[in-house]
Amino acid sequence: MAEVSVLEAVRETLDEALASDDRVFLLGQDLEAGGVFRATDGLSGKYPGRVLDTPLAESSIVGITIGAAHYGQRPIAEIQFADFIHAGFDQLCSEASRWSWRTRGEQYLPMVVRTPWGGGVHGGQHHSQSIEAYYAHMPGIKVVAPSFPADYRSLLKAAIADPNPVLFLEHKRTYRLIRQEVEGAPAEDRIGHSRITRRGDDLTVFAYGMMLHESLAAAEELAGDGIECTVVDLLTLNPLDTETILEAARATGKVLIVHEDTLTGGLGGEIAGIIAEQAFEDLDAPIRRIAAPDIPPMPFHEAMESAFMPDKVKIAAAARDLAAY
Amino acid sequence: MATITMPQLGESVTEGTVLQWLKQPGDTVALDEPICEIETEKVTAELPSPFEGALGEILVPEGETVEVDAPLCTILETAASAPEPAPGPAAAPEPASVAAEAPAPGVDGSRAGVYSPVVQRLAAKHEIDLTAIAGSGRGGRVTRKDVQAIIDEREREAAAADGIPPAAAPLPLPEGEVVPTPEIATVAASDAYDVVPLSATRRKIGENMVRSTTEAPQAWMMVEADVTGLVDLRARERERFVGVDLTYLPYFASTVAHTLTDFPELNARWHGDELRRYRRVNLGIAIATERGLVVPVVPNARDLSVAGLARRIDDLVTRAHAGKLRLEDIEEGTFTVNNTGAFGSIASKPIVNHPQVGIVTMERVVRRPIVVEGDAIAIRSMMNVALSFDHRALDGAEAGGFLAALKERLEALG
Repeated sequence: MAEVSVLEAVRETLDEALASDDRVFLLGQDLEAGGVFRATDGLSGKYPGRVLDTPLAESSIVGITIGAAHYGQRPIAEIQFADFIHAGFDQLCSEASRWSWRTRGEQYLPMVVRTPWGGGVHGGQHHSQSIEAYYAHMPGIKVVAPSFPADYRSLLKAAIADPNPVLFLEHKRTYRLIRQEVEGAPAEDRIGHSRITRRGDDLTVFAYGMMLHESLAAAEELAGDGIECTVVDLLTLNPLDTETILEAARATGKVLIVHEDTLTGGLGGEIAGIIAEQAFEDLDAPIRRIAAPDIPPMPFHEAMESAFMPDKVKIAAAARDLAAY
Repeated sequence: MATITMPQLGESVTEGTVLQWLKQPGDTVALDEPICEIETEKVTAELPSPFEGALGEILVPEGETVEVDAPLCTILETAASAPEPAPGPAAAPEPASVAAEAPAPGVDGSRAGVYSPVVQRLAAKHEIDLTAIAGSGRGGRVTRKDVQAIIDEREREAAAADGIPPAAAPLPLPEGEVVPTPEIATVAASDAYDVVPLSATRRKIGENMVRSTTEAPQAWMMVEADVTGLVDLRARERERFVGVDLTYLPYFASTVAHTLTDFPELNARWHGDELRRYRRVNLGIAIATERGLVVPVVPNARDLSVAGLARRIDDLVTRAHAGKLRLEDIEEGTFTVNNTGAFGSIASKPIVNHPQVGIVTMERVVRRPIVVEGDAIAIRSMMNVALSFDHRALDGAEAGGFLAALKERLEALG
């Protein structure tokens, strides 16, 4: 059984998509040379003319992707760092998200925008940000943020097959850090579901991306002290899997939501809202959120960065507090 | 020990005068029970106690004016005293936790009386007295796990009583042996409904209702009474009334008891082949509790004044809710009144409390335009009074006469 990293899972899935469908092509900055994170390493040689370099212009990348999808292609764009995707915000939110509505469902935009996001890599303010909440707010764009290599394989495959615009978020810290044994073809999976990855009856933790791994590490540590956590890997951020969220919240009645995005307007508020509205009578404690503080830039300095970001120590402290409530 | 201070009754109010102490040192004080009256330049108000316990020391004598936040008295809290004091600027120390961005769910302090939504729902569903649980949560809070443990324990006991082995503790099996799943495992398993085991009280209420409706042919009639005078009277007397809240019920009970003097046919019990008319009026008072309906009795209700009835009924209500009624409290009732107006009802059809032969409801008092003398229209406080009676024991003539007399007495109040 082969152990693959998140990065390898992405690369293999892109390779398979290029091999199996002539309409698939990749575009983005420095992709021909393999990309800054090496996600497309070797693919331009293997699929000549289908791995395209673009200028350093995110609005153009998104716009070209929309145009190609209009013409029946299956474009997969890479935005080198999620921090810069906002240059394409208008193209995504005002155009791509609405196309099937504007054509009364007659036309679709089968496009994927991949982008590395998240902090913890000393990337400073322009290479560390969490941008998911802006796009998860927009109906018509699916937002996916897996945590494990196997899910990167199955959900990237599902995103490429999806007839709608999908924003596929790859947490850059997990690229080489998280490895998993996977075998055979990617499991059939669908966008829009979350997974309960660990079950315990003291409290429920919701997380995604790197924070899912920090939450699982905290849960492991807490289990040693007799505090059992249910941990939910959200996987898809838009649309949220309300059913699984409610099931997991009801399982313990105590809810802790973790994200490395800043607190105000983050997804934690939406998840808390769903639970408060639909599972109020199952709650045993106030819903609690752990997020980055409401400060504009992610700090560069290591000590400040770790103070800024949630981690397993902070998660465990909040979980202990909630369990004791 | 907790100190109660002069509250700020309104913006720009800086001081207040203690008009009257409603409690004396040593008196027990319930949560939110008024302990004194305070007058400020803007309002006069009763000060509800934020603590449960006994009044300690009075620090400000009646008539004296002190500044806002000045100590008024001390309260010796009982162990289970519920709320934490209002958090002042220094009341919430910075949590030692590194997760500074997420505030702690609450300041420290007793949470013995603080129940989360899920705890309240489970306790109501399974009829669990939360005050009897020593909570394992912070500040003694009763947690969902605490409640679930009691439910699980009950289920184990019930299963044991029925000879069903507890599902949670399977017998150790020899390796490799396969046993069939017992069919009785699905006691309460359905997605479509919840199974609620019948409590003893619920079962008894059911039996009584079936017995009354199948044995006694019941007739029903209703009159409408103008109780404007009673409304005014009660408003006046309530102001001066100390100790318990003066409701309409004692007036009504008193009026019913005295009206029964003239209608002994209704102050009776049906015993097989004889009817027993009672010389005393032992008035049953229907009380809705968390455990179900109970009907404790005020013996010899005619001997008591309205004030006496108010205290007596309050005592019965308190003990009924606490589940502390004694057997003699519920025996030998001769007639029953039911304050259905408390639920907002304006007309209801009670079921006779067998073997009694009559039950009367007082419905909600509503202000309505009414045609009065001289073909004028006036706004009056109106109340429906409904009577169900055992038609074996009496007929419509006596029942109608009773209701007419009751109406007359009610309208004469005030």
